[in-house]
Amino acid sequence: MNMFKKLRYSTPSDVVFTLLVSVVLIVIVFVTLYPIYFVMIASVSSPQLVQSGAVSFIPRGINWFGYEQIFADARIWNGYRNTIVYTVLGTCVNMVVTIPAAYALSRRDFAARRPLMLFFAFTMFFSGGLIPTYMLYKEVGLLNNMWVFILPGALNVYNLIIARAFYEHSLPQELHEAATLDGANDFQFFFKIAIPLSKAILSVIMLYYIVAHWNDFFTGLIFIRDYDKQPLQIVLRDILISNSAFAGGAGGAGGTGGGYGQQFADQIKYGVIVVSTLPVIILYPFLQKYFEKGVMIGSVKG
Amino acid sequence: MAVAIDRRPPKAKKTSSKITKSGQPTKAGPRLKRHFARQWQLWVMLAPAIGFTAVFAYGPMYGIQLAFREFDFSKGITGGDWVGLKYFIKFFESPQFWTLMSNTLTISLSTLVFGFVAPIGLAILINQVLSRRRKRFTQTATYLPHFISIVVIVGMLQVFLSPSTGLITRFLENFGITGINFLGDTNTFVPVYVISEVWQHCGWNSIIYLAALASVDTQLYEAAKIDGANRFQVIRHIDFPALVPTMVILLILNMGGVLNAGFEKIFLMQNTLNLPVSEVISTYVYKIGILGSQFSYSTAIGLFNTAINFTFLVITNQIAKRVSNTSLW
Repeated sequence: MNMFKKLRYSTPSDVVFTLLVSVVLIVIVFVTLYPIYFVMIASVSSPQLVQSGAVSFIPRGINWFGYEQIFADARIWNGYRNTIVYTVLGTCVNMVVTIPAAYALSRRDFAARRPLMLFFAFTMFFSGGLIPTYMLYKEVGLLNNMWVFILPGALNVYNLIIARAFYEHSLPQELHEAATLDGANDFQFFFKIAIPLSKAILSVIMLYYIVAHWNDFFTGLIFIRDYDKQPLQIVLRDILISNSAFAGGAGGAGGTGGGYGQQFADQIKYGVIVVSTLPVIILYPFLQKYFEKGVMIGSVKG
Repeated sequence: MAVAIDRRPPKAKKTSSKITKSGQPTKAGPRLKRHFARQWQLWVMLAPAIGFTAVFAYGPMYGIQLAFREFDFSKGITGGDWVGLKYFIKFFESPQFWTLMSNTLTISLSTLVFGFVAPIGLAILINQVLSRRRKRFTQTATYLPHFISIVVIVGMLQVFLSPSTGLITRFLENFGITGINFLGDTNTFVPVYVISEVWQHCGWNSIIYLAALASVDTQLYEAAKIDGANRFQVIRHIDFPALVPTMVILLILNMGGVLNAGFEKIFLMQNTLNLPVSEVISTYVYKIGILGSQFSYSTAIGLFNTAINFTFLVITNQIAKRVSNTSLW
């Protein structure tokens, strides 16, 4: 940073420039955060005041009706539970599949590494398409089966490449040579040296997988029929977008158009957005440096 | 290395036994055997990844032949009669073809252009912030929307854009823009889609450019200052050129998805009013394939889509290789 200090620009045109940059960035940050903030305050404000535009920066007419409805609705909690199960199980499988493979592919003395990398990378750009995939799942019994959330996506090639790049650049080849001379085999080296030295990348990859499972909507839409197996995102779709009726009678297809029902339906929607997104928003600032790290490592062309 | 040599004597036995072990198969035969003998543990580590990829990524590719066959429930994927290009021709001649193509290209190309330019601009702007804390805060704030699920994003769009009561609708009324049902209007669907895409991912996609900017040699900035360059000139002649290689790689990758207008978001944003502009190849494949059970026809359309994408990827890569010496392979 001190190098920048030296570079302070102080001519009038540079001062104007700095001012302009600051203003533009403040506007960008505001436009990014305000919608999210608004959802939060609207979820606890009086729906009438929200609709009339009286709520803008502080919640007004505090009202918990939306949350009462949400907590009484079994669908949301069922979806929540399913998503947690799929996320935990799925992420475990993801890690077991991705990390050892990434390590093996990072070894420069591994003769098959180039052809294998091609084998994996090709699938990023070419796929069988929706229908052949559907047929295959049908054949192996994954349709309407909870394992469809866990097995087919077990390996994400982007994550594989990120982890491999990390091992290539951060585990010195000499370390492996030294361990080999000490009689360590590949398994021992991987478990006793590579894993403990790569906690940073393990957290990055794990977080990417967790977020992907948490936000997975496609799998439930295409491959699951039973409602009690559906993840949170499908339940959210029904409440937020398809306007399906709520336990307390609020919501519905908007038949009352702008009347009492519609107002409360909106409040429930704000509440549902908060309830489903809160885990991510609360955890995010603490984990942000890890997410960012993943992109940085991945951008090192390997 | 020094450490390793020091420790060698006490472990000499193990090391030597390993050599004989891996040396043995040499007599028995070819290099392949020796390779497996020495590195079978690496293969074990790769086995799950290879297995899952073979089954779930290459498995469906085997099913692509469905596009060239008459699907028959009783005979399975590979049993139907060979019909060649029948379903491709059917698609090219269908009345939906040009609508689907133009909708898909409109959405994906406008997302590509704006989604490509915005993060570059943002990265350059953030890079101008000298205070480390303010820089961090700006980054944290702008990355956040990236982690919100598509369902929630579309849900927010619906509430904010709802006619007469939505937050954004009301805001725009101040500027005399009234009476537009943004999600139900064929003129506003694409702008809403693109703007919300940029809103969600611009910050996140700027990370990679910020990384490139962070690695610019600071001597360049000092030299520029001595030469009397102002900050705009510094951006133009130092920062921007530093971003070009990253831009090229990302452009190639994006061109590989030129016909991939995001299925999930478009599907969720669709309604009967905007369908004339929002029906794209992927949503059409879903409707006629999964919902309509026209398996062969929808496989053919899907394959056409993949093939176009793949072609664009290869062409862009070749052009980039010639023009800028940057390429994926």
